[in-house]
Amino acid sequence: MTLTLDLAKRKERSPFIVQTVFLGVGLACLLLAPLFFYPVFLMKLLCFALFACAFNLLLGYTGLLSFGHAAFFGGAAYFTAHAVKEWGVPPELGILVGVFGAALLGAVIGFFAIRRQGIYFAMITLALAQMFYFFCLQSGFTRGEDGIQSVPRGHLLGVIDLLQPTNMYYFVLTVFVIGIAIIWRIINSPFGMVLKSIRENETRAVSLGYSVRNYKLAAFVMSAALTGLAGGLKALVFQFATLTDVSWQMSGEVILMTLLGGIGTLIGPIFGAGLVVTLQNYLATSEFPVTIITGVVFMVCVLLFRRGIVGEFYNSRLGRKLGFEHRHKH
Amino acid sequence: MTMIFGIPLQAFLGQLLIGLINGSFYALLSLGLAIIFGLLRVINFAHGAQYMLGAFIAWLLLSYLGIGYWPALVLAPLLVGLIGAAIERTMLRQLYSLDPLYGLLFTFGLALTVEGTFRYIYGASGQPYATPALLAGGANLGFMFLPIYRGWVIVFSLIVCLGTWLVIEKTKLGSYLRAATENPVLVQSFGINVPFLLTLTYGLGAALAALAGVLAAPIYQVSPLMGSNIIIVVFAVVVVGGMGSIMGAIVTGYLLGVAEGLTKVFYPEASNIVIFVIMAIVLLLRPAGLFGRDA
Repeated sequence: MTLTLDLAKRKERSPFIVQTVFLGVGLACLLLAPLFFYPVFLMKLLCFALFACAFNLLLGYTGLLSFGHAAFFGGAAYFTAHAVKEWGVPPELGILVGVFGAALLGAVIGFFAIRRQGIYFAMITLALAQMFYFFCLQSGFTRGEDGIQSVPRGHLLGVIDLLQPTNMYYFVLTVFVIGIAIIWRIINSPFGMVLKSIRENETRAVSLGYSVRNYKLAAFVMSAALTGLAGGLKALVFQFATLTDVSWQMSGEVILMTLLGGIGTLIGPIFGAGLVVTLQNYLATSEFPVTIITGVVFMVCVLLFRRGIVGEFYNSRLGRKLGFEHRHKH
Repeated sequence: MTMIFGIPLQAFLGQLLIGLINGSFYALLSLGLAIIFGLLRVINFAHGAQYMLGAFIAWLLLSYLGIGYWPALVLAPLLVGLIGAAIERTMLRQLYSLDPLYGLLFTFGLALTVEGTFRYIYGASGQPYATPALLAGGANLGFMFLPIYRGWVIVFSLIVCLGTWLVIEKTKLGSYLRAATENPVLVQSFGINVPFLLTLTYGLGAALAALAGVLAAPIYQVSPLMGSNIIIVVFAVVVVGGMGSIMGAIVTGYLLGVAEGLTKVFYPEASNIVIFVIMAIVLLLRPAGLFGRDA
């Protein structure tokens, strides 16, 4: 009797403790990382990790597969780059311009895409994002094939020089943590619960009286805005914005990161992004095209490994023992 | 010079012709997509890669074995169809019980792999493929000059589309296919081999894409990227048409090809995006698509 009580108690308390420990270790790693790794690589990783988490808000928690998130990522990069370079606004405001632009773009694309479900939704987002790609190719402010080059990083709040790699890294890390915190807050809010109910059973959510369309659109815009946060940040890190970030390959990449890390887990996409970015960095110098590996990993993941790395860990014996439970349906 | 809507007649008809040719490829590809989706509930993202593969096999046959256009028109689709069937048998089949999105993601990965491999081996630049001697040259129609090969593409693709439609609507095999689309469990209980039908369908869809690829080889350059450029447009075509009807896919393909061609005459800057704009309008007015049944 006491034993079962004890077990039950441990089961309730242990996830919280374990998660706090994991969170602390993770944060400590990120804080100390620039001592061991090249800062630009780390910043790229954080940008893509935030991108993947924002994307996962839609795929993992609302059950909507967008094949057009590059539009928000690359679009925000253009907006931020333009605002900082041409208007001369400070970096924090430039990023806000990117976020706002991406949210607006998300509202337009989302408005059309949510009219259809499932596979059609994916195709519509892909097509509309491709339309935005052509717009960026032809429009003047993006400077076509060249992209917006030599974007100044500027001074944060007018004081901190972001050209200093260490300063820039901790700025990126701060934005990253804020972004993840927002996503965590959304997922664990009553609003997030409604999103999950839409993912699990859309018809039932409708019959319970939720205006599913509005919820979907809201989730879409939030995901686009957070993607814009990552995109704007990336433009400042690399000091340029180009067509690569709005291309459909980029939309595919973020899907892979999320799938690889674990759809519907908060931290899975971070690991997925880390793996994909590391792989790209590793192969950047060789002749071998990344797309072959990306494609094979995609097929293997879909066939054998649908929970992703973090999802598999949650579902493993150790993960269960530590009190993680992975409820996402497959 | 004869003018139409303030545009020289030559330019107008020239773009109309280009529109019809593009439309032929849209129709062939969206037809294959619709057939596959109808039965397998899989959106075949690898369709563009299979189209590219068709063109490449024709080019490889010519450059390495000296096998010309006409045998390639049969061999390439056959080969790609067999590869497609093998992929369905070994891998795609495992995904039917899952969310259809996994089928999309799997075929996306497949497309990336195939495209990346060809890019690795042959580079990103295009390879020229000579027009077959029988169809070389052109005909002067009085009001314009028509390259014979282009005329052939339009006529032949129309024949293939209508032939496929006839097979599906009028033959016994087609009736099995349609029945299995409606209710696979029931059809299987009648003793019809539904898993075999699925393999056949995927192979047929892939073969159609490869056929389009061979047709395209003499017009566009044979390049590893030719598939991914066209597949996104074809997705938009499929959304406009709705995947409920085979005829719908064909008609929408030609219509949107022509619409794209005519936009090039009147407002060239928008010709890249006109199909996407039409898609958005159709989504507003008729979310299920022009010929779609379900929303």
